Amino acid sequence: MPKFDFDIITLAHGSGGLLTNKLLESGVFDLLQNEELDKHHDGAFLEFNGKVAFSTDSFVISPIFFPGGDIGDLAINGTVNDVAMCGGIPQYLSLSFIIEEGLPMKEFWDILVSIKYAAEKAGVKIVTGDTKVVDKGKADKIFINTTGIGKLHPKANIDIHNIKIGDKLIVSDNIATHATAILSVREGLEFETTIESDTQNLNDLTKVLLDKFGNDIHLFRDPTRGGVAATLNEIASDRNVGIVLHDEQIPVNTQVAAACEILGLDPLYSANEGIFMSFVPANIAEDVIKELHKFDESKHASIIGEVVDEHQGKVLINNPMGGKRVVHMPIGEQLPRIC
Amino acid sequence: MKYLTEYRNPKLAKKVLQEIKATITKPWNIMEVCGGQTHSLVKNGILSVLPKEITMLHGPGCPVCVTPLNLIDKAIYLAEEKQVVLCSFGDMLRVPGSKKSLLEAKANGADVRVLYSPLEAVTIAKENPDKEVVFFAVGFETTAPSNALSVIHAKKIGLTNYSILTSHVLVPPAITALMEDTESKIDGFLAAGHVCSIMGYWEYIPLAKKYNVPIVATGFEPLDILQGILMVVKQLEEGRAEVENQYTRMVKEKGNESAQEIISKVFGIGDQIWRGIGTIPDSGYQINSEYEAYDADKKFKIQIEEVPENELCIAGDIMKGNKKPFECSAFGKLCTPQNPLGAPMVSSEGACAAYYNFQDMIK
Repeated sequence: MPKFDFDIITLAHGSGGLLTNKLLESGVFDLLQNEELDKHHDGAFLEFNGKVAFSTDSFVISPIFFPGGDIGDLAINGTVNDVAMCGGIPQYLSLSFIIEEGLPMKEFWDILVSIKYAAEKAGVKIVTGDTKVVDKGKADKIFINTTGIGKLHPKANIDIHNIKIGDKLIVSDNIATHATAILSVREGLEFETTIESDTQNLNDLTKVLLDKFGNDIHLFRDPTRGGVAATLNEIASDRNVGIVLHDEQIPVNTQVAAACEILGLDPLYSANEGIFMSFVPANIAEDVIKELHKFDESKHASIIGEVVDEHQGKVLINNPMGGKRVVHMPIGEQLPRIC
Repeated sequence: MKYLTEYRNPKLAKKVLQEIKATITKPWNIMEVCGGQTHSLVKNGILSVLPKEITMLHGPGCPVCVTPLNLIDKAIYLAEEKQVVLCSFGDMLRVPGSKKSLLEAKANGADVRVLYSPLEAVTIAKENPDKEVVFFAVGFETTAPSNALSVIHAKKIGLTNYSILTSHVLVPPAITALMEDTESKIDGFLAAGHVCSIMGYWEYIPLAKKYNVPIVATGFEPLDILQGILMVVKQLEEGRAEVENQYTRMVKEKGNESAQEIISKVFGIGDQIWRGIGTIPDSGYQINSEYEAYDADKKFKIQIEEVPENELCIAGDIMKGNKKPFECSAFGKLCTPQNPLGAPMVSSEGACAAYYNFQDMIK
């Protein structure tokens, strides 16, 4: 970290005056440096031919540093992944901060460093941004908004209407890891574990699949808030199809499963930040899995269900006892139970 | 997950199920007392695979469901009017009080925190000497030791800004009340395994004898429950009414005696209101005079008007096993998990919410 003559960020750093300049010139611009950002213009000039994918997301999380990541890499990966889920190749990002006054400069710097590495790893450039500082109590340490844009993969034809009866549903890796990692460090609920958030960019994996399988990839979705259950309920209801899941095929890390058991949480409803789901024709499903298993980020990829021509609009899960249950749309945040 | 997956083995489950089918000759009504067992029965689809002779009745063992409406109003009052830090187990937050839930109070700015252990609340009290910290201590005998321990610990370190708002209910008096109910249809009980792991099962022996009803202390995994049902069915078919222990890996006859000792240091036994059921004599823990200073109800001299329950809600009949959720006119229409009229629709362990979530499977 370079030497700053201030330890905490104050309202003055967001006023647009000298201190704002100091913060940006000696910190942000140096770290995230690229030719567009170096122009110090109000916005960026970008050139595209043809279709692009475009997405935005805001990131608010407590705590801002958690096992396996922080709000910085989360903000990059989140938007990169949203663009990737459209079949896009993420290229450029905007980056905006809303900072609560009093945030230690050290923490802000650590977040910036995570942002830099996450952007490099995902192969995206941060080309425009903004910084605002608000009164104590008006924000929770730091909020980040990122917007991403990138050209579409030439072979991509991602569309919810492409989903067909008989399509297999693939999940790229273990579910519920992010939410459990966050819970393990949340005040009042701390428990000892080595579980780390799964936050990571997924654009490399989606590109591999699109290169190889092209428009046979009917849909990508990343099951973030509300988890697998919320995403699948949206799809089932939008397309008016039934989706069946097979309990024993759903990959969950053992520690995560145990933590969910203890807290009374359902992994299907827990947030993820580094996995995606894909709907593909049954005849290529095994090949997609083989491809995914070549990479560390998706070594637990599994076929967890399929699209069916019954119970339209609903998601059902088969359990090993021979019973079935409906996987409902979650109502709100999951709350740990009494005993 | 060692010690869990073994109890979810589908092959073994089918074997136990076949044995139940081979044993049963008459229709029987079996009540699982605990909401955790209700949840497991429904989640694992056990209700849909049991032989038609067995009717499972879902008992009052959901702590969220039986916590009095008035006490939830008191918790909200403390958080909003007295500016206390109100700490609670997570699933109490969504339960509707007479006007709002703790979750809504939180959204309005009250300091409501979700904790997993009351000892965390003691830490918060220690770190915030200028604030009053109250733990919403609800539950059956299972959560009583840790709630009692938090009070003992607070006293030991000389904290004066910590107290608990209690609603502690006890299983054996509830079984008595259920069996005394003239409408009762219960032929046998699965007793709650976690409660028995604290209290043992010796208290149930006179009850089984007096009411001529088999009681089996049972665990929560699919195999536990199926085996518990098998043990009850065998007794019924053979004309026996005894207390048996299915959950031997956790439950001893005398229970966890050091936990009981901690409970008795802080709590005495008194009459208790059960939401939806009414007052059951000697069915709750109340803070004794030695620890009175830690009783939030007395400390803040809370006076909250009693508000009647929604007239449509038949929670009491459901928790006594007299009616099924489907027999309620509001079920799934006016009363849903998004908009619950009564507590059994709120907690995932409440019979109504369990039926709502899995209704397509049960109908």
